[in-house]
Amino acid sequence: MNKNITLEVKNITKKFGDVIALNDISLALEKGEILALLGENGSGKTSLMNVIAGIYFPDNGEIFVNGEKAKINSPKEAYKYKIGMIHQHYKLIDVFTAVENVVLGLSKNEYRELLGNPKAKFNLKEAENRMNEISAAFEFNINPRKKVYNMAISEKQTLEILKVLFRGVDILILDEPTAVLTPQETKRLFKVLRNMKEAGKTIIIITHKLNEVMEISDKVAVLRKGELIGTVETSKTNENELTEMMVGKKIDLNIERSEVKNPQIKLLIKNLTVRNEERVVLSNINLNVRSHEILGIAGIAGSGQKELLETIAGLNKIEDGEICFINDKNEEVDLKKLSPTKIRNLGISLSFVPEDRLGMGLVGDFNLVDNVMLRSYRNNSNKHFLTTDKKNPTNLTKNIVEELEVVTPNIKTQISKLSGGNVQKVLVGREIASQPKVLMAAYPVRGLDINSSYLIYNLLNEQKNNDAAVIYVGEDLDVILALCDKIAVLCAGKITGIVDARTTTKEEIGLLMTKNTENEENGN
Amino acid sequence: MDITNFFVMSINLAAVFIFGSTGESITEKSGHLNMGIPGIACLGFCGSVLGANIYLNSGADNIFLAYLSIIFFALLCSAIGGLIFAFFTVSLKCNQNVTGLTLTTFGVGINTFIVSTIGDNPGYSVISFNYFQHIFPESFFNANDFTKLFFSYGFLFYLAIFLAIFSTIFLKKTRIGLNLRACGENPSVADAAGINVTRYRYIAIIVGAMIAGLSGTFLFMNHFKGALEYDISSYGWLAVALVIFAMWNPSLSIVGSILFSLFYCAPSYFNFGTYGKLATALPYLITIIVLTITSIFNKKEMQGPASLGITYFREDR
Repeated sequence: MNKNITLEVKNITKKFGDVIALNDISLALEKGEILALLGENGSGKTSLMNVIAGIYFPDNGEIFVNGEKAKINSPKEAYKYKIGMIHQHYKLIDVFTAVENVVLGLSKNEYRELLGNPKAKFNLKEAENRMNEISAAFEFNINPRKKVYNMAISEKQTLEILKVLFRGVDILILDEPTAVLTPQETKRLFKVLRNMKEAGKTIIIITHKLNEVMEISDKVAVLRKGELIGTVETSKTNENELTEMMVGKKIDLNIERSEVKNPQIKLLIKNLTVRNEERVVLSNINLNVRSHEILGIAGIAGSGQKELLETIAGLNKIEDGEICFINDKNEEVDLKKLSPTKIRNLGISLSFVPEDRLGMGLVGDFNLVDNVMLRSYRNNSNKHFLTTDKKNPTNLTKNIVEELEVVTPNIKTQISKLSGGNVQKVLVGREIASQPKVLMAAYPVRGLDINSSYLIYNLLNEQKNNDAAVIYVGEDLDVILALCDKIAVLCAGKITGIVDARTTTKEEIGLLMTKNTENEENGN
Repeated sequence: MDITNFFVMSINLAAVFIFGSTGESITEKSGHLNMGIPGIACLGFCGSVLGANIYLNSGADNIFLAYLSIIFFALLCSAIGGLIFAFFTVSLKCNQNVTGLTLTTFGVGINTFIVSTIGDNPGYSVISFNYFQHIFPESFFNANDFTKLFFSYGFLFYLAIFLAIFSTIFLKKTRIGLNLRACGENPSVADAAGINVTRYRYIAIIVGAMIAGLSGTFLFMNHFKGALEYDISSYGWLAVALVIFAMWNPSLSIVGSILFSLFYCAPSYFNFGTYGKLATALPYLITIIVLTITSIFNKKEMQGPASLGITYFREDR
């Protein structure tokens, strides 16, 4: 065995219920090596790192640090083995200063040990000095007394790295560190990573940006659906090979897809730019959405899919550009000036299934009927002057339950008591019932079993055949390829390509998803 | 009518609010909003009565035993109140507002029951006058207005000032204080850093309740001078409001407490006529103004702990 191996995982298996998140994964890392962990969403990258960092406990398998078997039950224990993880969502306290965040949670002894001074007092002076030493060694630029809420994102990330280095970590894990950084900041981060590599630290970086993988890593491990597809040396591979490993061969799904008949433009999106509090989330989007067509939106999670749909629904402020709806009389309606309710009344419907399912569109403590009513209570007939009309929603709920095979004790059950798939069926069913002109479905099959997924695909197809314009945002490329007519690929808030779903390949989309847009492609 | 006496009386009463708001500040810094502080003050009150009664029945005549007995039972009763709150809100994850309000009602009821069961005893006012009213000799503090303003109070008053200042230093400067504030700001981050959030919150709530409970003792022995009262929750509500006024800084609450206390005492001291009672509403009005100002500035240091009132569920991921 190679003596330089610092970290080795052997036959790691982790299950969540029936879902196998990690299946028999083995990896080995040498000192001073940068490993890139590559994979699509849900491929198990973060789960694997969480196992190493002590957040998850594996069902099977072993971890060796410097040849010794390690039992890591908590992030704190991971530090004992000199393993530290920097999460995608920073674990920092806003109102604390940098140094306060660094020393947070250390016991008196740990504090003294780390500072190498058995009499160190908790006045943070020495901790500040140590922080400055580390900053100088790795060329960080951070003020120990700056409050976190005054920091830019990249500063917070630096602070997180400093936090683990302060704890004397030798193995660093970074979960998608570049996702929120600008190209310049990414460059700086990579410089820091190289400095740390020089200093003999071992680094694992989770990413799905191929160009970054090629730039920074020594070795690449590719995961797909919980399986380790392979570990290759970066110098001996190329982007195409990695894409193929990442997305796999095309699987035939047998989803019915009718021909596009007589499509009419329903939504015209021109030069759309949207910015949230921190950064530009959509830049210069040009897109046509047509009736009798399913437009798929592909992209790595967080590339702007959610923001795009929300902006169409009127929930985000448009910084630049416009969105026009073309109604049945062929008139252009500018959505920019309309409230979300008015946009909805035009027949533009958004059914968004967020990760926690109940986060958007449904009220967990309401029963099925009340949730269905949320869409219709405003259209009260005169018959009900003070009270709301419950009869129609009740009938509609019964239809949804029946047609979509929602498993529920009865329609008066609190929706939070239903299983996730059934909740989703109610949500999608409700949106479809309003007979929308434009139906936006984001992740409608997330977490659903195969049968339920097909039910939803059929529903979307039905809407397409009813002349609705359907926008489908999904994670599974195979589904997007089989269901949609046209696919727009988003990468970091930009459209990197619009392709015909019937002729394109998985590899092409995979490359578009991970492409940094130096050469901008627009249009239709 | 002597203006010095008015100030002395008001400053003396301020200790009630200092105890209450210091206790509540510590609790709130851990992230839990204890609306049961008025009830806990009541529990402290009945504990003190219990302690005084036990001391009198023992027949002892010793200042230390009197303090020991009265303060021990006050702390014990209020700690039980804190434990109840902590158990319901931290362990059972009940709604904090509902639990707190229930605890207030509970405290008032228990206080009424225990105090009326034990009954009045002329000995209470003897203890109060002999041991609690003044710590310095009368000849010393009666010298002039200045010494009267600063030195004419009892032991508990100075204890309140000490606790408030100590709590501020503790929260701001110590390791445990830092960890405690982390629990109130973002419990999941604290958890990830290896801090036992549950334990910190339990201790903060119980210690906070014990400090707040001393306001009951102070009311009994110093303010009412040994007379029995059944419902003292109004003082407790002022303490809860004070926490916001002092922006969760116990030291600042000393100033706030004196200010509130001046408004509280003014109507009974000066004859303002019918409208004089309006002055008692002023503390609340000021609190609203302070809240408005702090939210206009929107500075993070002026806001309460970010996770205040939100029960922490440690999820699987």
